[in-house]
Amino acid sequence: MIREEVQSSAARRTLSASARLLGALKLDGPLLVGLGLVVTYALIVQFSASGQDLPTILRTLFRVGLGIIVMLALARTTPNFLRNIAPWLYLAGILLLLVVVVMGHVGKGAQRWLDLGLIRFQPSEIMKLAVPMLAAAFLHDRPLPPDWRALLILAGLVALPAGLVAMQPDLGTALLIFASGALLILMAGLPVRVILLLFALGVGAALVGWRFLHDYQRERLLTFLNPESDPQGASYHINQSQIAIGSGGLFGKGWMNGSQAQLDFLPERSTDFIFAVIGEEFGLLGAVVLLLMYLFIVSRSVYLASQTSDTFSRLLASCLALTFFVYVFINAGMVCGLVPVVGVPLPLVSYGGTSVVTLLAGFGILMGLHSHRKLVGS
Amino acid sequence: MNSRVRIKDLWNEQRIFLSRTVAAMTVVGLLSLALIGKLVYLQIVRHDYYLEASQGNRVRLEPVPASRGLILDRNGKVLVDNEPAYQLELIREQTPDLDDTLHRLVGLGMIAPEDVNQVRRTILAHRGFDSVPIRLRLTDEEIGRFAAHRFEFQGVDLHTRQTRHYPYGQLGVHALGYVAAISEEDLEKIDRAKYAGTTLIGKLGVEAAYENQLHGRNGYREVLVNAQGRSVERQGAYTPDLKSEAPTAGTNLQLAIDLATQQAAETGLGTHRGAVVAMDPHNGDVIALVSHPGFNPSLFERGLTRDEFATLNDDIDKPLFNRALRGTYPSGSTIKPVIALAGLTYKVVNPDKEEFCAGVYHMPGSALLFREGKTGRHGNVDLVHAIARSCDVYFYGLAHELGVDRIAAFMAPFGYGALTGIDISGEKPGLLPSPEWKKHYFKNPADQVWFPGETINFGIGQGYLQVTPLQLAHVASVLGTRGKSYRPRLVTGFQDSMGRTTPFAPNANPDITNVADSDWAIILSGMEGAASYGTAAAIGKGATYTIAGKTGTAQVFTVSRSAKLTQNEPERLKDHAWFIAFAPAEDPKIAVAVLVENGGFGASAAAPIARAVMDAYLLNKEPDPPAAGGKP
Repeated sequence: MIREEVQSSAARRTLSASARLLGALKLDGPLLVGLGLVVTYALIVQFSASGQDLPTILRTLFRVGLGIIVMLALARTTPNFLRNIAPWLYLAGILLLLVVVVMGHVGKGAQRWLDLGLIRFQPSEIMKLAVPMLAAAFLHDRPLPPDWRALLILAGLVALPAGLVAMQPDLGTALLIFASGALLILMAGLPVRVILLLFALGVGAALVGWRFLHDYQRERLLTFLNPESDPQGASYHINQSQIAIGSGGLFGKGWMNGSQAQLDFLPERSTDFIFAVIGEEFGLLGAVVLLLMYLFIVSRSVYLASQTSDTFSRLLASCLALTFFVYVFINAGMVCGLVPVVGVPLPLVSYGGTSVVTLLAGFGILMGLHSHRKLVGS
Repeated sequence: MNSRVRIKDLWNEQRIFLSRTVAAMTVVGLLSLALIGKLVYLQIVRHDYYLEASQGNRVRLEPVPASRGLILDRNGKVLVDNEPAYQLELIREQTPDLDDTLHRLVGLGMIAPEDVNQVRRTILAHRGFDSVPIRLRLTDEEIGRFAAHRFEFQGVDLHTRQTRHYPYGQLGVHALGYVAAISEEDLEKIDRAKYAGTTLIGKLGVEAAYENQLHGRNGYREVLVNAQGRSVERQGAYTPDLKSEAPTAGTNLQLAIDLATQQAAETGLGTHRGAVVAMDPHNGDVIALVSHPGFNPSLFERGLTRDEFATLNDDIDKPLFNRALRGTYPSGSTIKPVIALAGLTYKVVNPDKEEFCAGVYHMPGSALLFREGKTGRHGNVDLVHAIARSCDVYFYGLAHELGVDRIAAFMAPFGYGALTGIDISGEKPGLLPSPEWKKHYFKNPADQVWFPGETINFGIGQGYLQVTPLQLAHVASVLGTRGKSYRPRLVTGFQDSMGRTTPFAPNANPDITNVADSDWAIILSGMEGAASYGTAAAIGKGATYTIAGKTGTAQVFTVSRSAKLTQNEPERLKDHAWFIAFAPAEDPKIAVAVLVENGGFGASAAAPIARAVMDAYLLNKEPDPPAAGGKP
């Protein structure tokens, strides 16, 4: 009896010690565990997908480290601070986007990043955070659900960066920026009839927008609608990816033993199509385990969002959580043929780019908002 | 809605947010279920389909050609085998600039300039990442030359492949045949699946006739390939288990050919055009089969250029023409023993009765004169002497007595005018003439009548009668065995990979039973006479065994009856020389037919060759070193 008590109190002490540490760092334990699991999973898969390339893993670790630093820093900031810097961050992002678009025109080709020497930095990544931040800050002082004027301003705030990113052209990121804005407005309580109306307008806009798509983007859409039409051309990606996933079966072919992935049949296997590597090598089981980890992260994030007490925090936190799920759904859905092929990485798992840093920054903000929930003056 | 200032209703906002959160999480759950549903569909429902598709992606079946069966002589000596040879192969995808590479290969002397276009077309016709042979059978010097420059030719490399090797070069090429690249006509005849990976196919002789046995069964090997089609060792961190099936080597063929005898025949013919066929009269086994001139069988394997083929094909000596099977000539006097047998069997001749030969024959009831050939006047000759000394006048009379119908009927069972049925293709039946044949053969009614004079000529083997050397070897066999007839054959058994030989029983034809033993004996004594005191007396000299033979001279064109035969006539207008023989006479082990085109008289041109062949076979006498090079 006594021993049990000693043990349980020792456990409680350790627990409370780590809880104290997390509290001091303004982090959330369960969410951190979820993120850690996904990142670990990512490293395992990337090692296989990169063809057992250690430098790839080291580069990913470097980015994760960078992301953790940013996350720690952002977790310590207060909602008020975030709310105040939101317009400046947004402005800076727009300026950088303009620079990139101009450079792209000068360089006569797609241009998405700025070379900062140590890493290549994509200004569009800033906008993934800046847009919901500014939108949330904008709605913070207003009565909700937003009125028409507020909606129009919000639409402009979202459309400007989304348009600039689409011009790069990076349809995937533009879509995500748009999605983050849309989700935020939905969470703000946009009436259902307005949602339906906007949906109808959206379909109309899509029909018009078709004319402005690049050829390869149209091709991707058409391929999605009819993947068997051209097995060696545009639909090659999706066919090979479905073969990879389907051939994985229930348990997969085993780590570093997926023929589609290891013999180059699967294009972009360590970046956009890494979910197919998981499906092939770890099977349905491995894919569902990853999805469950994602769902845990999303649920925990939404829970944290619901615990915050002010409008800005609630909207921003829930928007970051749901956007994260949109990333997952669009990428996984694309790889297994549920949605059209758009260049969206699988969050935290795809190799390359600065998206890991942005995502961890977002979770830092989210945890910070939750940790500082009692410190908000409205 | 004119209240410009709305108060933030925090409680209501909280309520809306919570309901939106629940809605959002519901959507998240539904979308996740959709994803999992799609995964289940792909990975469980359609798993087999996609597994097969991925297998089809990563594995390529590569045929492993079977090694072609060997061809052995009757003593097990290897006449045809396989030899690894170096060839130059190119992989298009690994060659940076194809045209430049080919150009530089020409510069290095590896490809002939005129072949470049053909080579390029061949390369482009292959599948990606195939290693395409662009030059076969490199010499040692060429291998060295390329090896020194190998680093300059990315995508081009030396490879060894099994090629057909003829250790004795041209020896017996018309019997053995040769192999060559599979042609489009061949592709229509063969099962393409079975020939995947095979590049060569038998084209003539034994190589063609026994293609099925020689070819064997090809195996296959699964090869791991990547998306670019390149073969790779490993799949990620693993070397997968790949299936393979070993090829089954082709059956070895045991031939009746005796290498030493074949060499003796080849050496004997030397530079003459002609043919030699030697057979075992007791089973039809072909001991030697020569047609001269021959050609180098290896030429076809590496592929002849158009010019090279034209040179061979248009050669006035027709090296590609198999004279032994397809060359048809008048039989000349070699027919006389058979005519004599007919006379005896139909009892139109008294063997002991002497006829007087004054060198000319007056056909009864006609003014036609038939002259003796080169042998001059014979004076009084009986049947034995008429055969031995080849008296035309005696046989003019005998033929006239017999009449053409009886001659043709009697000769048919000996195989005249019919295929012998030898086990390689291309044989010609020759021609056994008869009034019936003439009626059908000629269109002009004036030509359809059989003239009595034609019977007289028939009696000494001139006129319409056409025989092949193979047929006469067969006739000699029948004469030697007193009426036993077998279908000639080159292959006598199959040898499996363990070296066990399964021999075949000889193929017997119906015996000739209507000839009395005493009549056979008379013929035999006539033919023995020919080889001892008669026309071919020279070849019997010093022989340790008895020889029965018969000379013959086939007219190339009909010399005007009054014209004097001279030795000055152009070489190619000279008569063809025949000699048929069997030995030992009383129980022959070998029967031979020798034809020397434009050899003139059979006794001097053809008979010595037959003697050399019989010596080689019966006495194991080594002939002069073979003309063709190669390992022994």
